Amino acid sequence: MLMRTNQMAANTSVAGNDKIRPAVQLDGVTKRFGDSIALHEAWLKIGSSEFMTLLGPSGCGKTTLLNLVAGFLEADSGEIFIEDALVTETPAHMREIGIVFQNYALFPHMSVAMNVAYGLKTRGVDKKEMARRVDEALALVKLSGFSDRKPRQLSGGQQQRVALARALVIRPKVLLLDEPFSALDKNLRGSMQVELKQIQRELGVTTIFVTHDQGEALSMSDRIAVMSAGRIRQIAAPDDIYRRPADRFVASFVGDANVLNGRLVERNGDAAVVSIGDVRASVPAASLAEVSIGGSVDVFVRPEHLSVTSRGASGSLPGTVTTQVFQGGHVDLYIDAPGSARDHILLRSPGIAALSSCPVGAEIGLSIGSDDIVAFPPGEAP
Amino acid sequence: MKRSPGTLLLRWSGRILIAAILLFVLLPGIVVAVSAFNDRAILLFPPQSWSLRWFWRAFSYPDFAKGFWNGLTVTVWASSIALVVGSAFAFAIHRYKFRLRNLLEGILLSPLIIPHYTIGLGVLILASQTNVGRGFPLVIFAHVVMVLPFVMRSTYISLENLDIRLELAASSLGATPLRILFTVTIPLLIPGLLSGWLFAAILSFNEFTATLFVSSQATQTLPVAMYNYVREFADPTLAALSVIYIVVTATLLTIANSFLGLGKILNVDAH
Repeated sequence: MLMRTNQMAANTSVAGNDKIRPAVQLDGVTKRFGDSIALHEAWLKIGSSEFMTLLGPSGCGKTTLLNLVAGFLEADSGEIFIEDALVTETPAHMREIGIVFQNYALFPHMSVAMNVAYGLKTRGVDKKEMARRVDEALALVKLSGFSDRKPRQLSGGQQQRVALARALVIRPKVLLLDEPFSALDKNLRGSMQVELKQIQRELGVTTIFVTHDQGEALSMSDRIAVMSAGRIRQIAAPDDIYRRPADRFVASFVGDANVLNGRLVERNGDAAVVSIGDVRASVPAASLAEVSIGGSVDVFVRPEHLSVTSRGASGSLPGTVTTQVFQGGHVDLYIDAPGSARDHILLRSPGIAALSSCPVGAEIGLSIGSDDIVAFPPGEAP
Repeated sequence: MKRSPGTLLLRWSGRILIAAILLFVLLPGIVVAVSAFNDRAILLFPPQSWSLRWFWRAFSYPDFAKGFWNGLTVTVWASSIALVVGSAFAFAIHRYKFRLRNLLEGILLSPLIIPHYTIGLGVLILASQTNVGRGFPLVIFAHVVMVLPFVMRSTYISLENLDIRLELAASSLGATPLRILFTVTIPLLIPGLLSGWLFAAILSFNEFTATLFVSSQATQTLPVAMYNYVREFADPTLAALSVIYIVVTATLLTIANSFLGLGKILNVDAH
């Protein structure tokens, strides 16, 4: 059943993109390694110039999907198209793909310029044109003047720029990025993300980006495909993924979420009403099709959609502050609310007021904002 | 802190033990090296009078010169053939899954467990059965069989250490498999291939047992010539040759190590 709803979700979001010819299209692509299914019937359409992120924990199949598009792996079933051409059985060297690996995979025995020129040489580009394009690509990644260095003489960030220049200089039909930031330290990572996104937009190159970092995915992508256990769980724009997750996996993997114990009160077409203690909230009904009226549901609420009121205020849940964590721009409060939630509830309070107004041990009321609450049939902790 | 007599005793007995082991390992070499400088025409340790004349004899004795050049011919051919064949097999075993892969690997590594005299005898029987003369090809063939496992091993380990993503990146950039082989794979394997060749060469140049079976007067290598020499003479010429040999090999290995990083290739565990 879960499968069916996911495919519907995938298909509807694709429908919105039908005007654009897809640059990359996967039709029911499956890949097995021995007995285990690495990728189960993936359906995906990526628009021209789109920045598509494959997001999921390790082993979810995102790298398998990337390798299938690159031609490093062969699909067991299904078809892959790149710019309308069927490439399912096309070898990697004929697919015109640019790829940047996590470890950059620069050729250690070649200079920076030779690394970047490699893909032009295989295409028989003439010497003059080659020199011009190598210079252009190195300028694009701000590494002019590094042509003669060897990769080992460069920092991690510089190596990544070379890898990017090498992949882009061939003007690939698709740019594939395999966790390119995970080897960089945190400060560098942020600035490289901004820069990569700028370059991608400037060149308009269709990009598939693989990451397990939901922050990266939310900040860089046009759309995100959230994956788990070899399946695509949801394909949508970052804000949709965050605000209207399709299932409990997506709801808990992307962003922080509190799981509250609720009951289904009534269904009104597309919307449904759930109750958490005395509090009522409106949620999308689609995900609760299997729950009967009065049945228990898990209600997912983001920490920033909770706020503190006085204990006993109408429409609030009783709770006790157990921990305060000062985060600079906001304060994280961990609240014990037995009956309402199995675990501690996390509340994100903007500013610093909560530091003094909600000391540890304070008995407070929790009120739930009306936006972006979702509910799913009860299940194990995801 | 004052150490107890027990700790002191342990420390010193440890040092003495290590010194004893080192001495034990190096003793044969030391004895031979020192004997080489003995003036008298007998092998004697320690010498009572000193001379360099046995070094001169080692260089001027015609059988040794011939043996050296014969050995060099056999070594260069055998190591080079083993390098090409062994690397090809290592590549196949590393990269492809096929039926009988383990059997192939077992057969190729079997010279490690088959004694050299067995290999020598086997090749000799084969040669007489097929009427192949006892020329250089026969000696080279026997040597290829013996050094093949070492070359294979060293290429295999280099392949293990090669990041497959370099080849994937090259193929994404439009390089055909053949182009990848010549522009990425082989250039990066060269240190491993060269050190495999070097070890094969040292083993082949030193090999005595099998060579004794398969060589003739015309093809005898240096170790065989030395064996024949010692049956007639008991002077320190062989000791002098040993000194020369040790110095040359050590120099070669030192140079190779600084260029190729042999430690890296020898230490890494292939699984």
